Amino acid sequence: MSRPEDTLPPDLFYNDRESQKYTTSSRIQTIQTSMAQRALSLLSLPHPSLILDVGCGSGLSGEALTASEHTWIGMDISASMLAIALDRETAGDLFLADIGQGVPFRPGTFDAAISISAIQWLCNADSSHVSATGRLARFFEGLYASLKRGGKAVLQFYPKNEVQRSMITGAAIRAGFGAGLLEDDPGTKNVKVYLVLTVGAGAEEGGAEDVTNVVRGLEGVDVIDERRKGRGGGRGGEDKKGSKGWILRKKEQGRNKGKVVKADSKYTGRKRRPAF
Amino acid sequence: MTAKPPFIPPPHFTLHPTNLPLPPTTPPPKMKILTTNYLTCALRACKSHPSSFPLHFRDAELQQDSLPFNAAFIANILPRIDWPALLTTATELGFTGLPAEKPDLLATAEMEADEGVGRELHRILLETQVVEGKLVCGNCGHEYAIHQGIANFLLPGHLV
Repeated sequence: MSRPEDTLPPDLFYNDRESQKYTTSSRIQTIQTSMAQRALSLLSLPHPSLILDVGCGSGLSGEALTASEHTWIGMDISASMLAIALDRETAGDLFLADIGQGVPFRPGTFDAAISISAIQWLCNADSSHVSATGRLARFFEGLYASLKRGGKAVLQFYPKNEVQRSMITGAAIRAGFGAGLLEDDPGTKNVKVYLVLTVGAGAEEGGAEDVTNVVRGLEGVDVIDERRKGRGGGRGGEDKKGSKGWILRKKEQGRNKGKVVKADSKYTGRKRRPAF
Repeated sequence: MTAKPPFIPPPHFTLHPTNLPLPPTTPPPKMKILTTNYLTCALRACKSHPSSFPLHFRDAELQQDSLPFNAAFIANILPRIDWPALLTTATELGFTGLPAEKPDLLATAEMEADEGVGRELHRILLETQVVEGKLVCGNCGHEYAIHQGIANFLLPGHLV
């Protein structure tokens, strides 16, 4: 199936026909609602909050927010989608805005932000005077500023490939977020990727707020922390040239090739004493 | 040859109620005053400029709704409301019932019983809504049109 991101820019792709199709499909309704509820559970907001819905579309995700008694403000680039949101009488305030142009809100406005299936659109630049990295940077900088300290954002997106995934995550980290990826149903066709972002230390909850803390209480979540690996390993887990491990590996290679190799001993790879 | 029997749709063939388009007879949509207290000019150059906030209303068409009073929500957002900006907006729209200083954070239970500031805030921030009009940046003068309660914050390419 072709990706809609590759065919047209979002404001043109979601025309009246496409928006109507999207919103009335009971399959999409179910998926969107369940993803919004998942995002909301990841946010774990203690009281009624003000939430930014990025790429709110026709308000499918917003209805899940309204059901949990939160107030939300939605942004979307497609006028047709917003028109449907108006017909559906969604509770949130709506804005016609391009998230790649920044987030036009005062710093520290929102308790949290969610986004369902929207930010992969940022990876496509539609004209020559904008770039995908520039649009991503604009968006994440704006989002970072508009969230209050200790705020969280859960952004579900469909990365096309590994490049897009690292591009989006990298842009979020560069903007100052603490970022982590949560994958539901990894390795299947139904894989759902959630980018979980945190702003600063969670002052309200006390103690360092981290993505791993966010998902700690959830069932069936395996935490793969790649930070430790990155710090300890040096160059991607390979032995440094000249180290004992490297020498042993090279000797093993030679032995496999049938060369005459000296036996390993406790002296292998040791430094000689400096001659005086 | 026998005549083709008429097609009788099986029960699962009928349209699900959620699939039906909603009737177009809905009240006009609108934007809350609370939201305008958070909005700044979308231009990057304006963001750092003090006069870009708050945005000023022009030709605003207002509407009053009645919504259930949620004291917990008011208590939660009160610290994040920019009071001078709210006073400016309220004065522009003709509301004068707000105190000059931001009221102290009221306890939720207290606000529930109290008829004063909490209710007034609820009336202005959530129940008063803008249907049509314009928001104007005090710094660059860019006009953001509000149509059917949706503000258009798309910037033309040369301003981005």
